[in-house]
Amino acid sequence: MSDALNIIQDPTLTYKQELLALARLGESTDDSLRYSDAYYEAKRKGALCDLNEGVMPYRPRYICPDYTLLFEKGCRFLELDPPKDLLEAVNALEIFYCHVPSITSFPVYLGDLDKLLEPFVIREDRAFAKKVLGLFLRNIDRVQTDSFVHADIGPEDSVTGRLLLELTEEMQLAIPNLTLRYDPEKTSDDFALACIRCMLKTAKPSFANHRMFVREWGERYAIASCYNGLSIGGGGYTLPRLRLYECALDAESPEDFLARELPRHIDLQLEYMDKRVRFIVEQSNFFKTNFLVTEGFVKQENFTGMFGVVGLAECCNYLLGIENKKKGFGMNTEATDLGLRIMDVIDVRVKAHEAPYCESYGHRYRLHAQVGIDSDGMDDSPGTRIPIGVEPPMLDQLEVNEKFHPYFPTGTGDIFKFEETWLRTPEAILPIIKASLARGLRYFSGYLENNDVVRVTGYLVKKSEIEKLRAKKQSLNNVTVFGMGAQDGGHALDRRVQQHDESSGR
Amino acid sequence: MMRAPVAKIIPFSNVDGPGNRTSVFFQGCTFNCLFCHNPETIHLCKSCGICVEKCPAGALSFDASGTVVWNSTACVGCDSCIHVCPHDSSPRVRWLTVEDLMKEIRRSAPYIDGITTSGGECTLQNEFLIELFTEVRKLGKTCLIDSNGSFDFEADPRILTVSEGVMLDVKAADGAWSNILISHTQELVLKNLDYLLSVNKLHEVRTVIFPGRDTENAEAVRTVAGHIGSACPYKIIRYRPFGVRERYQKLLGEFETETEYAERFARLARECGAAKAFVV
Repeated sequence: MSDALNIIQDPTLTYKQELLALARLGESTDDSLRYSDAYYEAKRKGALCDLNEGVMPYRPRYICPDYTLLFEKGCRFLELDPPKDLLEAVNALEIFYCHVPSITSFPVYLGDLDKLLEPFVIREDRAFAKKVLGLFLRNIDRVQTDSFVHADIGPEDSVTGRLLLELTEEMQLAIPNLTLRYDPEKTSDDFALACIRCMLKTAKPSFANHRMFVREWGERYAIASCYNGLSIGGGGYTLPRLRLYECALDAESPEDFLARELPRHIDLQLEYMDKRVRFIVEQSNFFKTNFLVTEGFVKQENFTGMFGVVGLAECCNYLLGIENKKKGFGMNTEATDLGLRIMDVIDVRVKAHEAPYCESYGHRYRLHAQVGIDSDGMDDSPGTRIPIGVEPPMLDQLEVNEKFHPYFPTGTGDIFKFEETWLRTPEAILPIIKASLARGLRYFSGYLENNDVVRVTGYLVKKSEIEKLRAKKQSLNNVTVFGMGAQDGGHALDRRVQQHDESSGR
Repeated sequence: MMRAPVAKIIPFSNVDGPGNRTSVFFQGCTFNCLFCHNPETIHLCKSCGICVEKCPAGALSFDASGTVVWNSTACVGCDSCIHVCPHDSSPRVRWLTVEDLMKEIRRSAPYIDGITTSGGECTLQNEFLIELFTEVRKLGKTCLIDSNGSFDFEADPRILTVSEGVMLDVKAADGAWSNILISHTQELVLKNLDYLLSVNKLHEVRTVIFPGRDTENAEAVRTVAGHIGSACPYKIIRYRPFGVRERYQKLLGEFETETEYAERFARLARECGAAKAFVV
């Protein structure tokens, strides 16, 4: 049976999912973008992974349009005037979203929704505004059917922000992903607590370290897709990954890895990125003809490449001969310190590389702790995370995270699963988030263990939708299938639960 | 150097007072409550050695003086030692100085609102607590005492000058049931209740509600409500058999108290004036 026939006979695929799968298949028939033999060899061994980005890129991976421009000037290509009220604003966004490409073909950044919509919301009756925003969220969930669709709020409190939280809680939708840009001086405790309550019940919003992102990107940064930091009016060209465990398999010792095998693999990934970025900018149409570029919603110079890594924990444990993960990376100073040395080598080498078409970032790519894909199984944990199932108590886990998160301007994060009592005490979670962000944590996600909407590795799925797929039924959300794979292969839903206090009884 | 027996430190706790707190559990108790959830904290270790031979990880041994010592690195946390202990004790107790304890508290300090000392009965370590709280307050953190009320705070109120207050357990009304339940009378507990109220150091009161014990539950709740009124929160806690010694589960119940049943007593408490009574 041909691959195409497989796709069109798969009962779990919706029409649109079939179409996207067939498009990927069509793209794979071209082989004019070639890499070195060493690159293909490393890829075959699983040491390098291109995240199935496709061999023939016809758009950057992630695009973060400047939506304020749509509201100021409208869009000629889409024949949209600047909106004059809330209904026009929401309608303009809904239309625009359908024309923002990405690796998934869905918009991975929906804008800073509270800032964009607040001027319109405050002119309306609260109940009417809530009704409109509820329909807006429903439209996003049913039309942009992919959990990598991501909206941002904060750092300041706002009527729109509050309404979005209320609706998120009431509607219990997996889409869109949501981030609070948190700044201890700009975000009130009251708003942060409302976000924590919503996060526990719906697995969103996550908390982004606003100050850290502003230092790296300036005020106009977006959190897109899972947790990717990028520029508004720009984006990310490509995101390949070093699978560090596999990179280490041919090393004779930690020192050999640091001196020889690691740099070799870094250079191969850089070769892939350079060729791909050049192709997107020079060969494909996107930066020449797409209305997002020609009308200024994005600028090519505001794009960069995301240099991804996964499996640092397994890499360190392997190099040090640690077989019991419970005594390995994250719980063991020697392994964690080796992890830091590995990250230093990666950081220095990537920063030393002159990257094409990354003008706004000193011609440099930026590091990304990739969140894992379903086929990683248990071999490579997401980014620099401690493997699922052996996470230490929360304080220890946060301290490890705080050491590694600063390396990754284009994103990293960790997820904490809480038992039910924490819902009654969001004020016990706020000081943890505050302290950890102040000490280097970049991105904090949490959810209650018994939710339907859960955060798998970086994206959200409904457990009930996974069950649909298991029953050979269709799930509207393209990402549900990844959630199922991550649950089966990586036990991604079995992370450690933060207990209230095991010995509270007297 | 003053040392105190520490059974356990929990860096983050959301159930031992407001916000996120580090909880320190001291070994040794003045009561012997039948429903104790961590009976291994009641007595100090006698070094009888029964646990030494039962430890599957070889983490327990005798030192030269015949004292049982615990190797925390070798320990696998299986709890065999506390299950076989005939004395309601544990060999996994560390005798720490204030500075030892502060080292651990300083680590969690950025993430917490304060600390809560519990047990066992932490007020057995009164002098130690005074020194500990003085140090913790230098970090700008609050200090709460979780107590069974067996320490006479009025006779020695020094600890209250370095603490935000006491979370007091009132487990029963005075009388026969109290003697059965906690092997103690309530005289001093109730005196403390009034005294702490009068000096504004009563942070909250807790009473556990047992399944089917209508009279005993009602008497306890009425007693507390009559004393505290709306002055502080009153937590009505559902009895849970988890951790309770088996022989006492048979007496008190092998199932947890239903929420609805507990709500009855929260209502009763409110009717008797404890406006801030609620079930947890």
